[in-house]
Amino acid sequence: MKPLIDVQNLTLLFDTDEGRITAVDDVSFSIMPGEIMGLVGESGSGKSVTAKSLMYLNAPNANYADESKILLNTEDVSLDVLKLTTQKQRNVVRGGAISMIFQEPMASFAPAISIGKQMVEQLLLHTDMSKAQCKELSIEMLDRVGISDASSRFNQYAFELSGGMRQRAMIAMALSTKPKLLIADEPTTALDVTIQAQVIDLMRELVDEFRMGILFITHDLGVIAQTADKVAVMYLGRIVEQGLVRDVIRTPSHPYTQGLLAALPKMDDLESPLKPIPGDIPSPLERPTGCVFNTRCGQVVGDVCRSKTPAWTETSKDHFGACHLYTNEVNG
Amino acid sequence: MTEALISTKDLSVEFLISGSLFKPKVLKAVDGISIDIPKGSFFGVVGESGSGKTTLGRALLNAVPIANGSATYDDGEMKYDLAKMTSTELKDYRKRAQLIFQDPYAALSPRMTVRDIIAEPLEVMGLTKSREETDKVVREIAAKCRLNLEHLRRFPHAFSGGQRQRISIARALVSRPQFIVADESVAALDVSIQADVLNLLKSIQVDMGLTFMFISHDLSVVAHTCDHVAVMYLGRIVESAPTKELFNNTRHPYTKALFSAIPSLDPDAEKTGQRLYGEIPSPTNQPSGCTFHTRCPFVQDICKQQVPKLEVSDKGHSVSCHRWKELMDVAAL
Repeated sequence: MKPLIDVQNLTLLFDTDEGRITAVDDVSFSIMPGEIMGLVGESGSGKSVTAKSLMYLNAPNANYADESKILLNTEDVSLDVLKLTTQKQRNVVRGGAISMIFQEPMASFAPAISIGKQMVEQLLLHTDMSKAQCKELSIEMLDRVGISDASSRFNQYAFELSGGMRQRAMIAMALSTKPKLLIADEPTTALDVTIQAQVIDLMRELVDEFRMGILFITHDLGVIAQTADKVAVMYLGRIVEQGLVRDVIRTPSHPYTQGLLAALPKMDDLESPLKPIPGDIPSPLERPTGCVFNTRCGQVVGDVCRSKTPAWTETSKDHFGACHLYTNEVNG
Repeated sequence: MTEALISTKDLSVEFLISGSLFKPKVLKAVDGISIDIPKGSFFGVVGESGSGKTTLGRALLNAVPIANGSATYDDGEMKYDLAKMTSTELKDYRKRAQLIFQDPYAALSPRMTVRDIIAEPLEVMGLTKSREETDKVVREIAAKCRLNLEHLRRFPHAFSGGQRQRISIARALVSRPQFIVADESVAALDVSIQADVLNLLKSIQVDMGLTFMFISHDLSVVAHTCDHVAVMYLGRIVESAPTKELFNNTRHPYTKALFSAIPSLDPDAEKTGQRLYGEIPSPTNQPSGCTFHTRCPFVQDICKQQVPKLEVSDKGHSVSCHRWKELMDVAAL
């Protein structure tokens, strides 16, 4: 089976006043239909920019490298997103084959237009349905995501809904066009834990029901452990570790992933002090050479970490780490 | 037990919202809270958004008016009644009680250098006499928060989230306060940085003998830093206990639900926990009886009619639930 989305060697540079910034550096991953892939990393690691690339949503000062490919394969279309040139072509992808839900639902809904009108608007744009059909479908979707009294909520505005409700409405809106891939950019970060648990349950249910793929972006490894099938860990624009969730969380191979896991407050061990990763994520203007993590890494093995980008090593089956601990450079 | 630095009795905070002049509508954000924050402790307050935890923190800083009840501050040197303060008293209280904000991106003026940001409280409060003295104090406090001289010359935009939060902390500490309210101070930070800032707060607290009120929605963070935790729901404290006691011996169904909602790091963890359905009701339209009854899986008639009292029991553990004793046997939670 062909993957739903296949990202190959994605490299993305931004032209800014201060110079050229490498936001995404040689990133490759793929998602199968019905699969949830988690993308984890600190702020500034390039998670959101990567996700936006899949829909060609980045700002005009973005430059994609020539060898970058984003291959989308569904029953209807098979194309390279980066090769689309006109707005019309891109709209097939945006909101059609791929939908996105954002972190802050209050900022993502227009405040002066009712929820329902916004839902109908995008359906009219992407489908051939009549206005009445669109309304019917929208209410059905609102009902499906667990919004009670959906037909009256349909006429309400974003400020009238609570945070959890708004995020549900956002999910309903994103799913109403029946996308093949859903990008969820920190969908639960702004929510309380109790509401977060509800939203996570809902998303799992919806994957089973619609058989779509999900790219789930978050900085919370606990959320990833509970939702995703596989996970990629990003740092400063590079994926440093990739594998099945179970393997990555139980036996992290990259020192950065190990650091992230150690920094998490654990409920079953309140005594031991928290272990932060030393230092801060460097500015993208001052990207370290060699392995991007070498400035904060506690396991630097030698000059090779500062001079050479580590190659991928399969540390266990289908579990890859990009670290010199596993390359032959150290021993040789 | 050490004496309390902050002590409140039936503290309530109300906000006036809409309604006509003769029929004003009142929102009770904090409703009859009695707490003692012992000197030198790290006191945690947890709850969902809308539970009134921020308002409680602000009331203790005299940043919102207290509607009913009393709150006192006593550091051995000075004693204040927070409900009735003159403006001179308030001016002095500001030196003794400070706030660290949630979002370090919004809390720092982009047009001031880090040195000026940290020095401003000193100048406004007239704590230092000369520029040299100010510089000296600023440098001392900056070093405590791991900021070097080079950092002091720069503007906030050049700093990452963790560094900015350290600047906010330095500013809050510069007037040598006794009492600090840290309102969601790590919520906006990445986990790798969060641990660093928490460790810094902890070490400063021990170093300078401060008393912290740590407001957070994240139980795992609170568990790691605080000595005592109070759980709030709709303006009331539903459970309050020393951290270890609270975590090992959870009594209130709401606290239990909060625990089980924390996503486990174990991908194969059985989801045995109790899910909470629905959302926190609006404080303008509070449920009768126990305010948690609309979401509680163990609700009975009594819960809808009577407001449960906050029962204080052994080990400083207090809980406000009609059924907590019988529920202790329900293992499923």
